[in-house]
Amino acid sequence: MAEATESAEPVEPARATKGTGPRPGDELPVPIKAVPVRHYGRWVGAGFVLVALALLVWAFAGADVNWGVVGDFLDHDTIVEGAAKTLWITLLAMLLGVVLGVVLAVMRLSSNPVLSSVAWGYIWFFRGTPVLVQLFLWYNLSFVFDTVNLGPIYKNEMNDVMTPFLAALLGLGLNEAAYMAEIARAGILSVDQGQTEAAHALGMSSAKTTRRIVLPQAMRVIIPPTGNEFINMLKTSSLVYAIQYDELFRAGTTISARNLAVMEMLIVVTVWYLLLTTVFSIGQYYLERHYARGSNRPLPDTPLQRVRAHLVSLRSPSQVGGTSV
Amino acid sequence: MSLTKEPTRPTEPMVRAERVHKSFGPVRVLRGIDLEVRAGEVFCLVGPSGSGKSTFLRCINHLEKIDAGRLYVDGRLVGYRQRGDTLYEMREREVAEQRRDIGMVFQRFNLFPHMTAAENVMEAPVQVKGVRRAQARERAEALLARVGLADRMDNYPAQLSGGQQQRVAIARALAMDPKLMLFDEPTSALDPELVGEVLDVMRGLAEDGMTMIVVTHEMGFAREVGDSLVFMDDGAVVESGHPREVLNDPKHPRTRAFLSKVL
Ligand SMILES: Nc1ncnc2c1ncn2[C@@H]1O[C@H](COP(=O)(O)OP(=O)(O)O)[C@@H](O)[C@H]1O
Ligand SMILES: [Mg+2]
Repeated sequence: MAEATESAEPVEPARATKGTGPRPGDELPVPIKAVPVRHYGRWVGAGFVLVALALLVWAFAGADVNWGVVGDFLDHDTIVEGAAKTLWITLLAMLLGVVLGVVLAVMRLSSNPVLSSVAWGYIWFFRGTPVLVQLFLWYNLSFVFDTVNLGPIYKNEMNDVMTPFLAALLGLGLNEAAYMAEIARAGILSVDQGQTEAAHALGMSSAKTTRRIVLPQAMRVIIPPTGNEFINMLKTSSLVYAIQYDELFRAGTTISARNLAVMEMLIVVTVWYLLLTTVFSIGQYYLERHYARGSNRPLPDTPLQRVRAHLVSLRSPSQVGGTSV
Repeated sequence: MSLTKEPTRPTEPMVRAERVHKSFGPVRVLRGIDLEVRAGEVFCLVGPSGSGKSTFLRCINHLEKIDAGRLYVDGRLVGYRQRGDTLYEMREREVAEQRRDIGMVFQRFNLFPHMTAAENVMEAPVQVKGVRRAQARERAEALLARVGLADRMDNYPAQLSGGQQQRVAIARALAMDPKLMLFDEPTSALDPELVGEVLDVMRGLAEDGMTMIVVTHEMGFAREVGDSLVFMDDGAVVESGHPREVLNDPKHPRTRAFLSKVL
């Protein structure tokens, strides 16, 4: 303890003193040393969790699961291809959903009653029906329109046009647009009215104001729930196995239908889904940082910076105000 | 109504308001405003909170539509075209075009927070006038130097003090080369020690001959820089004249009551 009180090492960089004697504020602070609060409950909780995890691992290890098969099929061509297709359809469907969703949100908030009614009707229909039903509706569209006729440009049988891929893209993407529209609308409404006024006062048109001023600021509010939607879409896309699109889940069930390794293939598929969602969570984190530019709050540390800071703080003795999580 | 008067006088005022009325629902905010702002003059608008000063400024660049009367900027009707006796509402693009010539500075700055100071100043010239970026950047540099912020070009608004933000906002408005500047209580959101730096910039503008309508509670500024002053209360002009005249020797009891509170 004696050593601790004497360690008057400058914690802050010393101010430049100009030989004019001590001034108020020149004195160096002596950091408070205190015994931190002990969180016994956390240790007990962590113990419970570890035990539960151990039991779960034990159950799976002892179950009738052939882990060799799991390992073999983890990088099987069909599975990897399925994962790629899951990723692809998710990306495309989200792209469609985000772009159309933002357009719908702008329409919904437009002063033009035709535009806002159309947007309202769209959201009403696509939010009000299950995705699975919509997927089948698109897939079976030939019952309603048997040919696609775009005049001289393009003409074909609907059955040839509406491939599983296109049905999946439309089913997932158009449904997503309805949800993204609501998210984007909340984002747009979160932007201060003064921003629009300032832009209008400068002579900017409504379209330019929306694109250059309002939407970039709305992004801060839109991005976090969109990341959520993205991860949801990765999982929801497994529904398209029902309309014969060979994504990850369908790849797994196709294989297990042949080799009867049901649980093994489900584990393989689970591992892949976790992998994909994890990668996206990380991407989302950095995207949010990007759009937090210019905000009042300082940017949070990246995990790397946090690990580094933690290592440093572990080496120095505990101080009041340290992070207690 | 004075509609029979044709707007063909030799020296057209920069702003002319004739019996301007504006209501928000049942609330009558402007009750027949008549006034003229000459080119090159600093026109101060004072009055108690809620008297309709901001609303009047916003009518001048058509952020609000007037209900009755006529409002002209530089001889042109604001927001309407007149053919014969019929008024036609302007399309959005025409309104936007009219607004380019009128700069506005807000009480709460309203800088674009996702853009740096320089980008804030460049935005309208690039997006509205189609000025090339390099050229716009050069101009932004000059304008920011003029308001004393040459070294803050690449700071975001959140990294600037209130006074600095307001000066960027003035530079942003100047970038469109307006012939008229509207100031809506430009110093009311500032800490007292930051008011001076903004008023200095405005004083400089006045010396350069800019036509300015300034809503303010800074009576010192009005007295020193203003060419005319209008006291508004409850949506109507109560008293007007030269600032020193009105401020030193108010005729109307409501003016006197207001001035005794702010001076
Ligand atoms: N958009 C609006 N909707 C309804 N009432 C408004 C609106 N804008 C202003 N008002 C009302 O108009 C009156 C005048 O407001 P304002 O022009 O801001 O006054 P001042 O700027 O002189 O303080 C106030 O009573 C205010 O509540
Ligand atoms: Mg006001």
